Amino acid sequence: MSKATIIPFGPQHPVLPEPLHLDLVVEDETVVEAIPQIGFVHRGLEKLVETRDYNQFIYVAERICGICAFGHSLGYAETVESLMGVEVPKRAEYLRVIWHELSRVHSHLLWLGLAADAFGFESLFMHCWRLRERILDIFEKTTGGRVILSVVSVGGVNRDINASQMDEIIHTLEGIEHDYHEIMQVMLNDGSVKNRTVGVGYISHESALDLCMVGPFARASNVAYDVRMFGHGGYGELSDFQPLCATEGDCYARVKVRCEEVLQSIAIIKEMAAKIPAGDIAVPVKGSPAAGAEAANVLEQPRGECYYYARGNGTKYLDRMRMRTPTSQNLAGMVSVLEGCDLADVNMIILTIDPCISCTER
Amino acid sequence: MSEFGLGRMTFGSLFKKPETLLYPLETKPAPEGLKGHIVIKVDDCILCGICERTCPCSAIKVSKPDRTWEINRFQCVQCGSCVRACPKKCLSMDPSYTSPSAQIYTDSFSIPEKEKPAKAEPNSLASETTLFAHQSPCQTAGRFPHEFIDESRRSR
Ligand code: SF4
Ligand code: SF4
Repeated sequence: MSKATIIPFGPQHPVLPEPLHLDLVVEDETVVEAIPQIGFVHRGLEKLVETRDYNQFIYVAERICGICAFGHSLGYAETVESLMGVEVPKRAEYLRVIWHELSRVHSHLLWLGLAADAFGFESLFMHCWRLRERILDIFEKTTGGRVILSVVSVGGVNRDINASQMDEIIHTLEGIEHDYHEIMQVMLNDGSVKNRTVGVGYISHESALDLCMVGPFARASNVAYDVRMFGHGGYGELSDFQPLCATEGDCYARVKVRCEEVLQSIAIIKEMAAKIPAGDIAVPVKGSPAAGAEAANVLEQPRGECYYYARGNGTKYLDRMRMRTPTSQNLAGMVSVLEGCDLADVNMIILTIDPCISCTER
Repeated sequence: MSEFGLGRMTFGSLFKKPETLLYPLETKPAPEGLKGHIVIKVDDCILCGICERTCPCSAIKVSKPDRTWEINRFQCVQCGSCVRACPKKCLSMDPSYTSPSAQIYTDSFSIPEKEKPAKAEPNSLASETTLFAHQSPCQTAGRFPHEFIDESRRSR
């Protein structure tokens, strides 16, 4: 038997911009154990809820992570709304879905670019990010910000999207879709890409369930779980929603699920834009959450289910705010997938899981 | 031939306008509604301090005695809460960014004294007492006028 060596991976690593550290125990070229370590970007944002009132905390929540920024502000606002029994106007719910799905498209395109960069396909990386830039331009035109949108408030949204902006969004998305089909074709059918993804980092359906995996990571192992299917908020207005799954459970399946989800999100945005009702975009919210009142909420972030919990104490400051983010759910699965893989595949496996450490550490 | 699938798109890019701009020679026009920086109409401000209390990052300081309104732009996160909260609608978000600076500084604005309104009609409450000459009887600079509590003609 060969001697085990420990190779440190991260927290600064060329393929992974996230501050994740792994101690990889390798024998020859095979990883026998991966020991993760996080805690490099902990900011104590949940604690800040004690010094920022429930309206101000939205702007803290959306700074948990740059890519899921809109999702966190939405998840937090929905939790406080259910804590206080606030009914959000229909138009605001539609607008929230449109921005949230645009965030998913931008997150997945960013991820596809990073994956392409990791296996050295630079032109594919550039094309993915070129398309992503158009989504950021939509954000800039409709909300005034490119990454941090600050557009959600407790009781609705702060800005409306008018008819001409909506037409522009649809027009831009159609342009993106055209180019995106070619990118997807390469991602899913190109031999050099498939060499790096097919059969690599396999995890079975049973293990995915046992390890409580969520998001595209779980759906690639045929776990048909996507919070959007519960029809919370504007998602209840969709004519049909089915989680997109794959059965292979390997890196290829994870790439496939995310690739298809981009098209699914574009279809959702188009449906929402066609059906959006006229009306108010926010209701005034007065008062404070009652002492001891509790609320929980789940939201499908680009990386999977995110759980929010809030407890009031009778003042405008919340007593407790807690988030359980998709990556903290997926770390156990990631460690399990890494065991037994080739050292050269470690970066590909970690990237296809798409960990977001800023969310995890808050 | 998916191996060369991307080639067409990449090759086509050679004959298209570049996606990127030659910054700083070229800049992108700022869309309407861009969150650039906060501007204040000093003439309308009543120094009520609501913006200061609303700001999530304590970027605004309002001093009633000094009649100043200050903003630390390095602390401001462009959330727009103050713009929405201001009762006089004197704050707005200008769609241009402030220029970079090597020093942290605070922008300070002095708020001019309000002009006293012309003498009101005879027989009105305000004309009979000097107490409310500068304000409507029920409001003084956004705060409840405590002097009014003991006014003999108040309906009780
Ligand atoms: S809220 Fe408006 S009126 Fe009041 S101090 Fe601020 S800027 Fe002035
Ligand atoms: S925009 Fe937000 S952060 Fe900036 S001064 Fe106004 S309230 Fe404060």
